[in-house]
Parts: sequence; structure tokens; C-alpha cells
Amino acid sequence: MAHGADRKKPYLRIEGVNKSFGSFHALKNVTLDIAEREFVCFLGPSGCGKTTLLRAIAGLDIQTTGRIFQAGRDVSALPPSARDVGIVFQSYALFPNLSVIDNVGYGLARRSTTRESRRGRVAELLALVNLGEHGAKYPAQLSGGQQQRVALARALATSPGLLLLDEPLSALDAKVRQYLRGELRALQRKLGVTTVMVTHDQEEALTMADRIVVMNAGAIEQVGTPAEIYGTPSTAFVADFIGAMNFLPASVSGAGRARIEGLELHVPALNGTVMGTEITLCCRPEDIVPADDGAANAFDTKISAIEFLGPNLRATLVPKDAASRSLTAEFSATQSRRIGIALGGTLRVAMPGDRLHVFARR
Amino acid sequence: MPEPMPEMNLGARLKVLAAGAALALATAFGAPGGAAAKTELLVYTAIEADELPGFKAAFEKEVPDIEIKWVRDSTGIVTSKLLAEKANPQADIVWGLAATSLMMLADQGYFQAYAPKGLDKLDAGFRDKANPPMWVGQRAWAAAICFNTVEAAKKNLPKPESWKDLTKAVYKGALTMPNPNSSGTGYLDVSSWLQLFGEQEGWKYMDQLHENMAWYTHSGSKPCRQAAAGEVPIGIAFDYRAAKTKADGAPIDVVLPKEGLGWDMEAFAIVKTTKKLEAARKFADWSITQSVMENLYTKGYALIAMPGVSKPVAGLPADFSKLLIKNDFAWAAKNRDRILDEWRKRYDAKSEPKS
Amino acid sequence: MTAIAAGERVRPRASRDHWAMAAALVLIAALLVIFVALPLYTLLSKSFENADGGFVGLANFSKFLTTPALSISISNSLQIALAASFITTSLAFVYAYAITRSQMPLRALFKGLALLPLLAPSLLPGISLVYLFGNKGLVKEWLMGESIYGPIGIVMGEVFYTFPHAVMILVTALSITDGRLYEAAEVLGAGTVRKFFTVTVPAVRYGLVSAFFVVFTLVVTDFGIPKVIGGNYNVLATDVYKQVVGRNDFQMGAVVGMILLLPALLAFAVDRLVQRKQVALLSARAVPYIAKKSPGFDFAVLAFCAVVSLAILSMFAMAACASFVKLWPYNLELVWKHYDFDLTDGGSWTSFWNSIEMSALTAIFGTAVVFAGAYLVEKQTGFKKLRGVVQFLCMIPMAVPGLVLGVAYIFFFVDQANPLHVLYHSMAILVINTVAHFYTVAHLTAVTALKQMDGEFEAVSASLQVPVWRTFRRVTVPVAMPAILDISLYLFVSAMTTVSAVVFLYSPNTTLASVAVLNMDDAGDVAPAAAMAMMIVYTCIAVRLAHAVLSRAVLARTQAWRRR
Ligand SMILES: Nc1ncnc2c1ncn2[C@@H]1O[C@H](COP(=O)(O)OP(=O)(O)O)[C@@H](O)[C@H]1O
Ligand SMILES: [Mg+2]
Repeated sequence: MAHGADRKKPYLRIEGVNKSFGSFHALKNVTLDIAEREFVCFLGPSGCGKTTLLRAIAGLDIQTTGRIFQAGRDVSALPPSARDVGIVFQSYALFPNLSVIDNVGYGLARRSTTRESRRGRVAELLALVNLGEHGAKYPAQLSGGQQQRVALARALATSPGLLLLDEPLSALDAKVRQYLRGELRALQRKLGVTTVMVTHDQEEALTMADRIVVMNAGAIEQVGTPAEIYGTPSTAFVADFIGAMNFLPASVSGAGRARIEGLELHVPALNGTVMGTEITLCCRPEDIVPADDGAANAFDTKISAIEFLGPNLRATLVPKDAASRSLTAEFSATQSRRIGIALGGTLRVAMPGDRLHVFARR
Repeated sequence: MPEPMPEMNLGARLKVLAAGAALALATAFGAPGGAAAKTELLVYTAIEADELPGFKAAFEKEVPDIEIKWVRDSTGIVTSKLLAEKANPQADIVWGLAATSLMMLADQGYFQAYAPKGLDKLDAGFRDKANPPMWVGQRAWAAAICFNTVEAAKKNLPKPESWKDLTKAVYKGALTMPNPNSSGTGYLDVSSWLQLFGEQEGWKYMDQLHENMAWYTHSGSKPCRQAAAGEVPIGIAFDYRAAKTKADGAPIDVVLPKEGLGWDMEAFAIVKTTKKLEAARKFADWSITQSVMENLYTKGYALIAMPGVSKPVAGLPADFSKLLIKNDFAWAAKNRDRILDEWRKRYDAKSEPKS
Repeated sequence: MTAIAAGERVRPRASRDHWAMAAALVLIAALLVIFVALPLYTLLSKSFENADGGFVGLANFSKFLTTPALSISISNSLQIALAASFITTSLAFVYAYAITRSQMPLRALFKGLALLPLLAPSLLPGISLVYLFGNKGLVKEWLMGESIYGPIGIVMGEVFYTFPHAVMILVTALSITDGRLYEAAEVLGAGTVRKFFTVTVPAVRYGLVSAFFVVFTLVVTDFGIPKVIGGNYNVLATDVYKQVVGRNDFQMGAVVGMILLLPALLAFAVDRLVQRKQVALLSARAVPYIAKKSPGFDFAVLAFCAVVSLAILSMFAMAACASFVKLWPYNLELVWKHYDFDLTDGGSWTSFWNSIEMSALTAIFGTAVVFAGAYLVEKQTGFKKLRGVVQFLCMIPMAVPGLVLGVAYIFFFVDQANPLHVLYHSMAILVINTVAHFYTVAHLTAVTALKQMDGEFEAVSASLQVPVWRTFRRVTVPVAMPAILDISLYLFVSAMTTVSAVVFLYSPNTTLASVAVLNMDDAGDVAPAAAMAMMIVYTCIAVRLAHAVLSRAVLARTQAWRRR
């Protein structure tokens, strides 16, 4: 999955970065490596510090402590103009009084020596973002998606080593957003530019990123490929924030075993935990499967609610032996027809041990 | 679509900016331009503004390398300005200011003595007694009343003949005079009444006059002009303004009260600290030449420092000079502060205009 | 917490941009300190000193309060200001109500007419009132025997002079009232009168309070009208002039200046408060109110507005006519001679050209400084403290009446020990003083325009390694061009008409048209004074029209992007 990611040789290294605004700590000891050509998403709820980290990387709001290296160079204290980054802001910040051509060529004036080479570069960039025929227009005459691509072309014009995108798609409507996800990712692959994108939309992150950095309250919770983040969340926060998850309070009842009221389950991840420890067991809805009699961790439930989701069906299940808990499970439509799910009926399900995640109870 | 300008480096940019700013400032604030530097003579004066361009043009024609800069205001204001600047005088020469003010300033050591060329040709009364004199007189002006005949007829106002007449009840609200604090004419009125009637009677007289006064004006010219417009039919004014206003066609009579007319001299004195002594002296010399006396000072003025040059002024009787009181300038100068303070105390608080 | 303490603090390496910005910000701060804060400080300290500079505590103040001639001015000023504020606010409220809440015809025209007095020096109404209601006035009988010289004349003049200010405030207040409240009231069955008292009045009460205080301050500190038509009715503003110019009594002048600062500070505080409350009113996703047609009501307010506008126009017309009449009231022949200012006491064509020069320089340099200052305060990220200081300094002039600023300037610059004494009596000091006097409104206009701009332009240009001043020139300035033109117009017109500050600062080489009006009137040359006042009005109208044409051209050129 990790396309082009060469973990050995980080292109961008963030080391123990902290940022405080007065007494408020917006970033707490953030450490992260990003490889060359990698596409990384910062994902987290609004206000968790994603933009702050991005701006620190860009040099716009320099971190209070900690260091940042880009391509082996310590850029920690450098202003943006001395770094090698291109940025696309959430608002795009297109210059309203300049045409698309002038916007895209804005950063080239100092670099390209001749007017011709500059013109050629702008044309090339406009073609790259499929805006070839819109060069003479002003930003206000373009649609949101087109504006976004102008901003992207402007940021790429100077061929920066690092592309920073702050929620580049969030201002667009769903269809355009979907389409541009693919476009953006394809473009990044084509150019091979190391890219960091900030988003609060997990779907966006899961579909686009080589790696996802999940942030919460100014700190990194987990870094990993989308599959890792989804499949093995390392904290309850990540488990909760990414996808759907059943949270079940439980206590350790023996070696590799946990008890939820009258229900005892085999939990391999628990090995070594002290008896009686209060824990939270987690299980994704799609990991709850209809069980044969002999299956491990199988138990009887009552179906207390059903929701049709088109291809899938979501059921709320109340375990017979833990009647005050309820579980959300998801079955494919075919599967649910086969096992005959009906409101008020009973269903025997299993939560396979290797699909159970354990977190300490807070 | 404007192509971006090729970038200049910072230094070049700053130089262009600085040059531009300097140019703008220079043209804007009139930097001392061409090197052919004229000597600028800063002249403080209280002479009526409509006469100043004539004086300036005549002098600068005669002495082209000196340029006059006027600071003009009412007598009282020029006087207090000079007082305020005492520690560090700005003026080079004070010219055309009431002699009472000049004497008071001379007592404070404001001036340097100088005997301009041709001083002996002047009337002995028109100069400081010391030799060389601290100040030299140019001409004199005297109190006069502007009386609007049209309004008087409408309102049945008799034509006043004396100062005392003005206190009659019939003139209530029909009178204006200049505030002596700001106007030299106002001060010569007040000081002449105090001399004519004696201090006690004089103040009593002014108390009565105050009852009839519509208001006190800031400048000495305004009472006559307001009389001319009928706004307030009687204005206590001075000869030059009265004669000129009448000549301009206003329906006024110039009344010269029979008790006698207060008067004061316009005089000049060179400021002690001037850095342009030579230019100031040239100006002083020029100021008492016969042609200036004869041709410039006489416009509207009947009393000139040089005997024999005065011409009859239309609107003023020929025996005008006989009406002048025997003015004790020294007294008027010495008591100026005290009299003005007393006047303010009595009349400045007038809160409602009488009508 | 501990984690942060562990690392070594990063010391950002400053870019060239950063240094340039820092230098510019320091420069602006220095200018504001030198030309706003220090003069005011001098004024403050003068009021506690004797003539020799020794500290005497409140002695000057008690002397002022115990001198009957001076202290009576306080009560006179208060009475005048209360009367004028009450009348102006009431008239302006009805007028603004008609403009915003009726469907009467010609609303835009009436709004324009209400603003006309802004184009005249405050001395003009004084002069016109003399011609209209003076002892030989055209319609003297209307006063029923009362004299125009004194409180009546002052109040009438002040109402004319302050009317546009009150109308502007109230039109704004009435425009932002939420239309949905009216719909709600209607649905609830409230009648017209009830709607007025339950919806309209509460919504504009802040506007009313603000208008009242603004007018109050303008009146207390206005000096032109009482000077021309006050007769012997002394007010604080004319006292300052008498003490400072007439008697060179700087201490007493400083005391009156300090006293005049009080109502202005109060008005300023109230205005700030009102601004905040009004914003709160707006933030509730308001819907603009659209008036319904109502023939009877529309006709009534039309009649009212017509009468008020006619009164305003007649003041101009009176001055215009008076400037041509040979010898009012005896010889009504029309002549040009009153425009030959060189023959008058205290005026000349040079004064007029000086005024044009002064206003142009004020507009050019003022706009540049104000806009640059607003940009630095608004668009830069570093130097938080310094920016805060600058922002505060920018607001001070609003709370300082021109008269007080003028007096403060004299005190500050007349001092030979002050190296800036070289500016004394120069054209530069007039320009600087005028910019300082009108700084806040211009600054707020610039800030508003800048706030509407995307906040990341500077970040974009930094990341593209384009110097910030280039983006300032290529993007910020063109985008803000309409506001920049508005600021220059405001500064030009204000410079052309202002008297209160510059009357203390002009020199024989830098006499100004507005001061000439004052001096000519002082000398009794009333017709030339009217002529000069009208020259100022004509100039302001011409510049206003030129501004309209220019704005349109600039909009067409630089703002093509606004067209879809
Ligand atoms: N300039 C600033 N001053 C004070 N607090 C700030 C500033 N910028 C951001 N913050 C705070 O830092 C936190 C993180 O902000 P941000 O990085 O913008 O979050 P997000 O993850 O939504 O992009 C927020 O609580 C925000 O209020
Ligand atoms: Mg953000």
C-alpha cells in the first residue's frame, strides 16, 4: 500500500514539536517522519492542532520548541520564504484582482528569467490541472472546484519539495469533492511531490493517504497506513474516531479472559493483564459474525432494532447474558437474508478473539 | 493584464523611494529653492491687511534683495504674541503696531535703538524721546464713529455728537465697539476716555456705555462695517476705516465726538535679537522716506509723522487734527495691563448679547 | 507542560519581510507617538503648570472655575450642546427613519442632501444665519424679535453643522434592524404604534444614544459658529481661542482644552459601547427590513424631508447670494468684487491655494500612512504588543476634538527646545495635524476594507517567496482601491473645511481658506467671508464629483474581477 514510501530516509522530520499560544498548548511533543513522495494526511477533530502543525511545517507560525528538518536541512527557525513548500489554503486565498494566469504565475516572477519561460510554465500547470482554457478569467468567474485547482497550480508552480494542503476539499460539495480526491491523488503520484494534507474527514484520509496521522488535542494518537489505523487502532480515541466501534466495559476474569456481566469472552490480547483490571473491549460492527454452535466467543442475542442501509443491514443486539449492554452489528444484505434476521428475534453471534481490541478503562 | 515589473533589489528600491519622497516633500513644503537667496524679513504688523500688499510691493521694488514676510493680526493679538515670544523673539522688526504696545514692549527691553535716515524730518511727537530712538512713529489714527443714517432714520435715532451722547437710552443695543484686549482701536478708545473723564468717571462712563453695547467685536474694523451694513447702526471705529467705508458707498456719516478723539500712532521698532539687522534697518530707513510718507501713508490717514505731507481725506473734516486729545502715551503704555484686566473683569463676562 | 519546558525555545529567523514590516511598524508607532501622544501629553502637563513650567497641581483649574467670565462658559456650552443635540437627534431620527423605513420617492437624493453640510466649513452656517436672521436679515421676523446673535443662532448653526453626522449614524442603526422582528410583531398582531415602540425604538436606541453624544461633542468643541454668531455669548471653544491666541495664556488654554476633552472622551466611550451592541444585534442572521408602501405616511415624511433639505439648501444659497451682493442690504447690485480676496482683511487667493495644497497633501500622505498603518496592524502576525500599541494610538484621535489637538500642537511645537520646532509654522505641521485629527475614521475605513480581504494573502506570498511589499502593491492596494479612494476623499474634504485645529497653527505663509473665512468675518468683511466659504464648498463638491468619476474608472479597471 505505502506507495513510494521509503521509511529509511525521511524527507521531512518533525522532532518534539510544541506550540503554545499563551498558556494554551496547541501542539504537544509532536514527532513524525515523512518519506519522500509520500502522501500523508493529518486527521483529527476540529481544533486538534492539524492546521497549527501544518503552519509550523510551512514556517508561517513557528513552533515554540522542537525541530523540523526538510530534506536533511534544519528549517526549524526559517521563515516560509526560506523553506521549500507550496501551500493550498482552505479558502484558496486566490488573488481576486489577478487573472488565473497571473495567479498561477505569481511565484514565478523572481525565478523564471524570461517572460516566455514563465508563460510556458503557467500553460503547463494549467494543462496539468485541466484549466487550459480558463487562463484569462478571474477567480470569481470560476466554480469552487476550478478555484481549488488554480490554488493547487499556483502552489505547484515553483516546484516545491513539499506540498501542504489545508482542508483543500472541504469547501466543495460532495460530488466535486469525490471527483477531486481522485484527481488530486493522481496528480500527486504523477509529480511525486511529498504531500501533507490536513483533513477532518476520515473517509478522505482513508481513501487518499499513504499514511494517516491521527491527532487529538494537540498530540499524535497514531500513525499508520489506512489499513493499520482502521484495523488496529492503538487508542480508544482512534478506535472511536475512525469508523464505527462497539465499546464494552469489561473486567479481566482470568488469563486471556474478560467478563461482561454474565458473558465471558476469550481475549487473546489480554495475556498477562492482572485479574480484576477494568478494561474496555472494542469490536467493529462488521466483525460481529453469525455463529455456529461450536464457535469460540459465541453467545445468544436478542435483536432489538434493525436499520436498512441498502447493501448492508445494521442490527442492534442485546446479549442474553449481558442484558444491559447492546451491540451494533453489520451484515451484508445477502447474509442477513440467509440467517433470517427479524426484529424481536434471536441471533447467535460470535466476536472472534483476534478481532477484539482492548483499551484500559478511563 | 499588466506584466509584473522586474524585481528591483531592495537597495535600488529604497533609493528610488527616498528620492521620490524628498522631491515630494521639497515641492510640497516649499524647500528653500534657488540659491539666489533673498533675505527674508519677518515683520509683525497690525496694519490693515488691505494696505499690506502695497507696502510690500513698493519696498521690494526699492530693495529687491529683501523679501517681506508679514505676520498680521489685531493689535492686541500681535502684542500678546510678542510677549509670549519674549524669551525667544521670532520677529525681525515690529512695524505698524500701536505705539502704546511698542512702548510697553520697549520697557521690557524688546528692541534695539536705531535712528533711521531722515529721522530729523519727522514731527518730534512721532518718535521715542531717547536718542537714538527705540521706536519711530509712522502715522496716527484716531477714534471716529460710524453712524448709519438709513437705519437711524428708520429707528428715529438722533445723530450723536459727543461720547456722552452714546450713553443715552435711545441707543440701547445700537452700538458696537472693538474689544480693547484684541484691538488697538478698542484700547485707544478706553485709554482716551480714562484720560478725558478721569479714571473714576471714565469707568462709570464705560459702565453706562456697556448697557447700550450690542456686543464687542474682535477687530477694530468690524464696528464700522457692521454700521455700514445696518446690522448695528452705530460703530465706534477709527478714522481710516470710517472714511474708507463711507467712500465705498455705505450710507454712513462719520461722527467725531466733540469731547475729543483718542488716538494712537502706528510705529516701528527693531527687535533686539534680530539676525537680519541690516535688512531691518533698510526697511526702517525706507519707512520714513518722504515718498512713502507722502504716497503710501496718506491713503485714508490724515495724521502723518512727517509734517506737511498730509492730504485732506475725503469724509474727514480739514480741522480733524485739532480734535485729537492730548494723549499721554507713557501713561497708556504703562497702565495697559492694568486697564485691560479691569476691562475684562467688568465687561467680558457679558453673557447675553443685548438687542 | 513538562514536555514543552524540556525543549529549547525556537528563535524564529526573521525574513527580510519581517524586518521590513518591523521597521514600518516601528515607524508608524513613532509617528503616532510623536504626532498624537506627545502633544497631548504636553497639553496635559501644561494644565498643571504655571507659566514658568513649575508644577502647580490643580491651581489652574481652580482659577478657571473661580473666574466668573470663564466658568460661565461651561454652563453656556452645556446648554447649547444639550439643546443642539436634542434638536439634531430628533430631526435626524425622523429624517433617517424616512430614508430607511418609507417608500417615499427620492430617498437617495434626500440622503445626499443631508450630507451636504459636510462639504462646508462650520463658519458657513454662521454667516448665512446672519444674512437670514440678523438685524437686517432676509427673514428676521421669523425669530419674533429674538436675536440671532447668541444661543439661538449658535444652536441653529450647530444643528445644520451636526445634522449629517447624526443622520449617518441613525441611517446605519435603522438599516441593521432585523426585518424579521417586524414580521414577528405583525404576526402577533401588533399595531403600527406598538411596533414602533416595541421593535424600532429598542433596536435603534444605541444609535440614538451614539448620535446624541457625537453631536454633543461636536457642538461643545466647535468654534466656528459661536465665533461668527455668538455675539458676546461665551462658550468653552471660543474661550480656548481667546486664551491661547488672544492672550497667549497657554496654561488657561490648556485647562479649557482638558475640560473639552471630557465630553469627547465620554462620547467616545459611549460610541465604542454602542458599536459592540450593534454588532450583537446584527449577528443574529438579520434580514433587511423592506418598507411597505403607505401613501399617507410616505407623504408626511416626504414633506418633512423636503422642509429639512430646503433649510439646508437655503443656507448654501444664502451664502452664495451674499457673496455677490455689492453692499448688503442697501445696494443689491451683483458684483464679483468680494471674490477679490486680496483686498480684504485676513484673506487672499493665496489662502485658497494653500488650502488646496494642504488638503491634497493631507489626502495623499494621510491615505498612504493610514492605509499602511492599518495594513501593518491588521495583516501582520508578529509583534503582537507593538501592534496593540499602534492600534490604541490609532483610536486616540477620535476622542480628541480638533480644537484640543490644535492647542496641544502649539504647546508641543512652539517649544524651541523641541527638535521638531522646525515644523512650527510650516505647511507640514498643518498637514500632519490634519492627518492626525482625522486619523481614526480613516483608519477604521481601511481596517474594514482589509478585514474583508482573505487573511492568507500574506502567507501565500511568503510561501511563494514573493516579498510582502510586492503583494501589498499588486494585490492588497488594488483590491482595497475603493476604500483608499474613500479615505482620500474624506481626508481632502475634512482638510478643506476644518478650522478648529489649524486656526492655532497657520502662519503668514500658510494661511488657509477656512481660517481666512474666520478672519474676514472677524474684520467685518462678511461678504468676502461668504465668498471664500462658498469657494470651499465648490471645491469640495468638485472633488466629490471627481472622486465619483475616478472611483468608477478605478472600479472598472482594477475590479474587473467583480464582474461575473
Ligand atoms: N493564533 C492562535 N492563537 C490562539 N490560539 C490558537 C491560534 N491558532 C490556533 N489556536 C488554537 O489552537 C488549537 C488548534 O487549532 P488548529 O490547528 O487551527 O486546529 P485544526 O485542527 O482544526 O486545524 C485550537 O484550539 C485553536 O483555537
Ligand atoms: Mg484547520
